[in-house]
Amino acid sequence: MEDLSKLSLIDQINGLKSRKFSSLELTEFYLKKIDQAKALNSFISLNENALKEAKKSDEKISKNKNSSLEGIPIAHKDIFCIKDQITTCGSKMLENFVSPYSSTVYEKLSNSGTVNLGKTNMDEFAMGSSNETSFFGNVLNPIDPERVPGGSSGGSASAVAANLCSFATGTDTGGSIRQPAAFCGITGIKPTYGRVSRWGMIAFASSLDQGGIFAKNALDAALALENIAGFDEKDSTSINKKVPSFLNEAKSKDKEHIVGIPKDIIEDIKDDKVKNNFYESLEILKKSGVKVKEIDLKNIQYSLPVYYVIAPAECSANLSRYDGVRFGHRCENPKDLEDLYERSRAEGFGEEVKKRILIGTYCLSAGYYEAYYIKAQKIRNLIKQSFVNAFKEVSSIMMPTCANVSFKLNSIQNPVEMYEQDIYTIPANLAGLPAISIPSGKIKNLPLGIQFIGNYLEEGNLFNLSNKFQQNSNFHNE
Amino acid sequence: MNNTWESVIGLEVHVQLSTESKIFSNAPTKFGQTQNSQASLVDLGLPGVLPVLNEKTIEMAIKFGCAINANISSKAIFARKNYFYPDLPKGYQISQLDDPIVGEGKISIEVDNEEKFIGITRAHLEEDAGKSLHDRYENLSAIDLNRAGTPLLEIVSEPDLRSAKEAVAYLKKIHSIITFLEISDGNMSQGSMRCDANVSIRKYGEKEFGNRTELKNINSFRFVEKAINYEIDRQIEIVENGGSIDQETRLYDANKNETRSMRSKEHANDYRYFPDPDLVPVIISKEKIQEIQKTLPELPEQKISRFIKDYKISEYESKNLNVSKELSSFFEKVAKKISSPELAAKWILGDLMAILNKNNSEIQDSKISSEDMIDLLSRLEEGSISGPGAKKIIDLCWLSNESIDVLIKKEGFDEVKGEDELLEIITRIIRDNSKQFEQYLNGKDKLFGFFVGQVMKETKGNADPKLVNELLNKKLKQ
Repeated sequence: MEDLSKLSLIDQINGLKSRKFSSLELTEFYLKKIDQAKALNSFISLNENALKEAKKSDEKISKNKNSSLEGIPIAHKDIFCIKDQITTCGSKMLENFVSPYSSTVYEKLSNSGTVNLGKTNMDEFAMGSSNETSFFGNVLNPIDPERVPGGSSGGSASAVAANLCSFATGTDTGGSIRQPAAFCGITGIKPTYGRVSRWGMIAFASSLDQGGIFAKNALDAALALENIAGFDEKDSTSINKKVPSFLNEAKSKDKEHIVGIPKDIIEDIKDDKVKNNFYESLEILKKSGVKVKEIDLKNIQYSLPVYYVIAPAECSANLSRYDGVRFGHRCENPKDLEDLYERSRAEGFGEEVKKRILIGTYCLSAGYYEAYYIKAQKIRNLIKQSFVNAFKEVSSIMMPTCANVSFKLNSIQNPVEMYEQDIYTIPANLAGLPAISIPSGKIKNLPLGIQFIGNYLEEGNLFNLSNKFQQNSNFHNE
Repeated sequence: MNNTWESVIGLEVHVQLSTESKIFSNAPTKFGQTQNSQASLVDLGLPGVLPVLNEKTIEMAIKFGCAINANISSKAIFARKNYFYPDLPKGYQISQLDDPIVGEGKISIEVDNEEKFIGITRAHLEEDAGKSLHDRYENLSAIDLNRAGTPLLEIVSEPDLRSAKEAVAYLKKIHSIITFLEISDGNMSQGSMRCDANVSIRKYGEKEFGNRTELKNINSFRFVEKAINYEIDRQIEIVENGGSIDQETRLYDANKNETRSMRSKEHANDYRYFPDPDLVPVIISKEKIQEIQKTLPELPEQKISRFIKDYKISEYESKNLNVSKELSSFFEKVAKKISSPELAAKWILGDLMAILNKNNSEIQDSKISSEDMIDLLSRLEEGSISGPGAKKIIDLCWLSNESIDVLIKKEGFDEVKGEDELLEIITRIIRDNSKQFEQYLNGKDKLFGFFVGQVMKETKGNADPKLVNELLNKKLKQ
């Protein structure tokens, strides 16, 4: 039998529709592969009901009552709540937390007919760039098991790269979809802030968090994203705009592209191999008829410090609810209320989470609020404005996804060096813009990614550009 | 009264808005339900949940703003107020800091027949916390989150109040405004209206404010007066003995009638307010404000003048009838149905109020309905029952479920004697008391009262005293 797991999402849908194989067969295939790839540690938990769900889908397909993604086995980052299932967010704090409700992202994909294989590993509360902060252990990069898959959505990225699911959900606060996508050689999209509902997606930094997709290529990602995007009245920051068919937009032949090159940023790339790869990728795009224009993105160099004020500030409040009172980890035999708080939180949270709560608490404290938080918000607005100005001239902006390829486990000890992982991805989160990372080549055997940032709600444009690139290259199939 | 020290008081009044559902969730807001039966996922602060603003609260806040002629903000922003407490599920309260919905305004109060204007600094929207129950289980505290998320309007006054009496008048005025606007039931015993008082003292003529203490947990009009007076005396005593006032928060204990230190300024919380990224700024158009202004119901002041004009009652009566919406509409219902509205005012403010006070009841819980009052006063106007008889009937009406007419019949008050019958009785009494009659004729005028008494005794009070006087006068002088 052919390796069904290697088929693209679109080929799998066609195969299921034409009864070449059943969802049960496909699901069993993936479950077997997941079992064989246990060492990657991509999953925190598996869904006991996966086969049942597959059978249900097969029934629907047999009656021609199939939904758009009927019978497709997928994986969810363990940050999306699923009713009656454990949702850990990669933390000891929620090790045994059974959610009484489901996230909108899960609901939508479930309604689209997908089969849930399980929940993928992640950095604790999505704080990390290497998946090394997970309470449930490191995730290995399937390309090179000595290396990290990136983070925070490392489990989803490795699962898709190792063909353990058709596609996977992820979240991106500062690069948590795009950086691991680049490290694992797959396609990852973070849509416009507000495009995908945050209801049931455990918060890290509310104004930056956005759900998205890991897939094998741009067309698969487009189809998957259109199934999770859309207005949700349960999320006040959700955008009330109709979602177009991203797949049709990705395939459209009418789209003209002017790709902006932020010259200063590109010139400053330290690693020549990364810089060369960027220019090589640009040549591929030019060959497919894409126009290129140099642009200037003012203040973008302040993105990292701005992010490391705003994200911790928001997380310091978002994580206050984990107090040992109503759910989550509670210390044993608390002496009094203070003791309950102190020990429950000290025991339940890992080092990185604690560090960020402390940074955030500090930034919001009386006397520092103006100097840090307010100033960061002002710069954030300036960065947003730089993008708005740039998009008057170009239809998308191209940058590397990362300054480097995947690194070895435990090789980065300096936190600031780790934070610098997100230097190219953070600006899109600060501005709330959609951005995609696609594979663009390798250094030795390790994948590199390039990133396209689009204007607000122009995900279709990004898919179209990425598809053009993938039609003229084969990195996504390597 | 102390002639050296002037007290300076500002009040923070928390008003529960009477919306059907909570301010950021769709859970109901009913009082007195089974513990934790009205707490939704959002109220529990579960991982991944998001707040969605109940627009009704904005309208109610604007109503209040219009009623006190305050500036309504064109943009209202919600902020997180961070502190840990078991009945605060998220570890922060969603409140407002900058850009509160209602800005500066003022309201008039009347104390000892003098009108005075009290400045309103601001009024903002926020969510209520849950309740901690400490006396339910031994060595354990229980949490009831039914109240969590109930909408509150916090109305902050300027330090314009100069006595506990003024504070009570101010509080009563706020109470009448919110009940007339129907934005709250204003029920202090159920916590729908709560009050914190900032109290300080200074020598008369001084411009500088003294150190203030904040009194918490005052939940009745009576306690407001007592708590403030206690605190003023406490402060005067300390200062006169050479001490100084610590800026601190003090808890009022109604049982002991004293205030106790809760926390000092050094231990004051740093609430680390910042704009809530889960909620978008609320934009309030001028049109919306005008629209709400148009739907504003008649307010106490307008009603007071209208009552004087329409019902020909005194200013004093009109003011007293308009202390609450319920009383005001009770009066109006009765006044419209009987021929003499003055009679309605007299009876409602007199006998009915006396009965309510005696039974510690509010007009809305009155066992004597407006229909009962209409029946009673109609009989009185018709002359089919006497004044003293009516007084007895109203007392009985409180205790029984019978209608006024049934009560009148049962008690035999319906046998009011007509003129002919009375004349017969008077003739008989004069005949039976010939000795007294002779004395009277010989100038002992005092004996007139004796004859009135005899007639009332004979008729068991079922006679119109005016008519008895008239007829006796005629008969005795014949």
